Amino acid sequence: MMATRDLVIIGGGSAGMAAAISAYDEGVKDIVILERSPYLGGILNQCIHNGFGLQYFKEELTGPEFLTRFVVEVQKRGIEVKLNANVTAISKDKTVTYVSPEGAGVIEAKSIVLATGCYERSAGSIGIPGERPSGVITAGQAQLYLNEYGYLVGKKVFILGSGDIGLIMARRMTLEGAQVLGVAELMPYSNGLNRNIQQCLIDFGIPLYLSHTVTKVIGKGKLEAIEISQVDGSLKPIPGTEKRFDVDTLLLSVGLVPNNDLLDKIGVPISPTRGSKVNEHMETELDGVFSCGNVLHVHDLVDYVVEEGHQAGKSAAAYLQGRLPRHEDVLYTQAGNGVGYVVPACIDLHNADGKVAIKFRVRRPAKEVYVEYRIGETLIKRMYKPAIIPSEMEIVSLDKASLQGEGPLTVSLVAKEVK
Amino acid sequence: MARDLTCIICPRGCALHIDGELNVTGNACPRGAAYAKQEVTDPRRTLTSTVKCRGKLFRVCPVKTALPIPKDKVSPAMDEVNAVEILPPVHIGDVVIKNIAGTGIDLVATRDIEE
Repeated sequence: MMATRDLVIIGGGSAGMAAAISAYDEGVKDIVILERSPYLGGILNQCIHNGFGLQYFKEELTGPEFLTRFVVEVQKRGIEVKLNANVTAISKDKTVTYVSPEGAGVIEAKSIVLATGCYERSAGSIGIPGERPSGVITAGQAQLYLNEYGYLVGKKVFILGSGDIGLIMARRMTLEGAQVLGVAELMPYSNGLNRNIQQCLIDFGIPLYLSHTVTKVIGKGKLEAIEISQVDGSLKPIPGTEKRFDVDTLLLSVGLVPNNDLLDKIGVPISPTRGSKVNEHMETELDGVFSCGNVLHVHDLVDYVVEEGHQAGKSAAAYLQGRLPRHEDVLYTQAGNGVGYVVPACIDLHNADGKVAIKFRVRRPAKEVYVEYRIGETLIKRMYKPAIIPSEMEIVSLDKASLQGEGPLTVSLVAKEVK
Repeated sequence: MARDLTCIICPRGCALHIDGELNVTGNACPRGAAYAKQEVTDPRRTLTSTVKCRGKLFRVCPVKTALPIPKDKVSPAMDEVNAVEILPPVHIGDVVIKNIAGTGIDLVATRDIEE
């Protein structure tokens, strides 16, 4: 006989746990969290560095400390958790299929929260020229090996991509005795946080090569060396600028992609984030199916992941209790000049109270700009920003009452002089 | 001597300037000013790492210094971190190494590990 559940949460990381806690506190008791690894906490398990929780807990915690607080809350409520349970499919009628050591399982869910996080772009997805030896590995995978299994993947390391995971691993591997020869970044600016440039590279004298990329991977069977080149304004390598580094490891920190396959496969519409399109309740276009955290859009702070998880959990509870009717007339959002994406994709002006959080990322760094929120030609809000960068998600709270008129709601950057 | 620094206290990463008289500009909050003064007089870092641990699920236990330690003690502290092995059960906050690298600050566990 098929099991039924009011709420199935797919993924037991910070978003999934936050969703479970909020749904439970709103009165939903029949919940199960399906987690594919042998423990809760997701990616935070390998993020042993500190700096988490400054917004949410008002103190600085390491990843494991942060996740443990949520595990304790999940356990306190007696919320059921199935570990080693890997969800293979969900259907449009909300049937969840998973495999675990006990075999295959099927659950008929009344609602679902998708909290499956993101995955790393790999060597294949960026097309690095040259050979395919071992020793080329994503930074997050190397972090998992080192921080959860105690295994250091190499001794002489070069890092491609200056995202935060790459920077954190530059420091971590240096501390563990590896020699990190440098970090190459394709763009003329780093995509990592300034604090990580300082405390992970500058502190250890590790050079950052901006506007550089790896143009050759050398090694038969095992990585022996890499070659980097400077790139021009159109990101094309400039001949004659090659530099060779003899290394046994090339770490890739070249971006994260929402792990949205489960909804992708059944044709739930996706947004430019590569996560699903959601409204301000984190509800996808499939009734009663919610998405939150890195599977919706890649975050830089877990504090915001958790807030999104709480929102999804509350919304799932409202849906189950018949308090979340869907309306036809919604206000769509769109990314305007200089903006990469906007979450949520639409706003229901009927059943929403008070305020709505609008999140977005800019495409490239800008200085002295206004962020404008317009419905059609009407200016809703304008905020001055001395500096704005793609590696920091922007979040602003708008009054529902101010969102009147013919959509869409456009978020765009306007240079200060122009107004 | 005046210096330009990047604040590492929070993800905002303010660009700080501190002059010879320890006047700080560019900080968005008081913690930035405190960081800049600390950084030019006695730079410190919180060290996070792992120590060997024989748990069922985990072979290493994540650790941190309970407070930031002087920057020049980070390397000697790592030597001590790499030399130690602990046995479960471990709880968050358990002292793994007392007075690490003579700093007066303890290295503590940042994860619960069952037997």
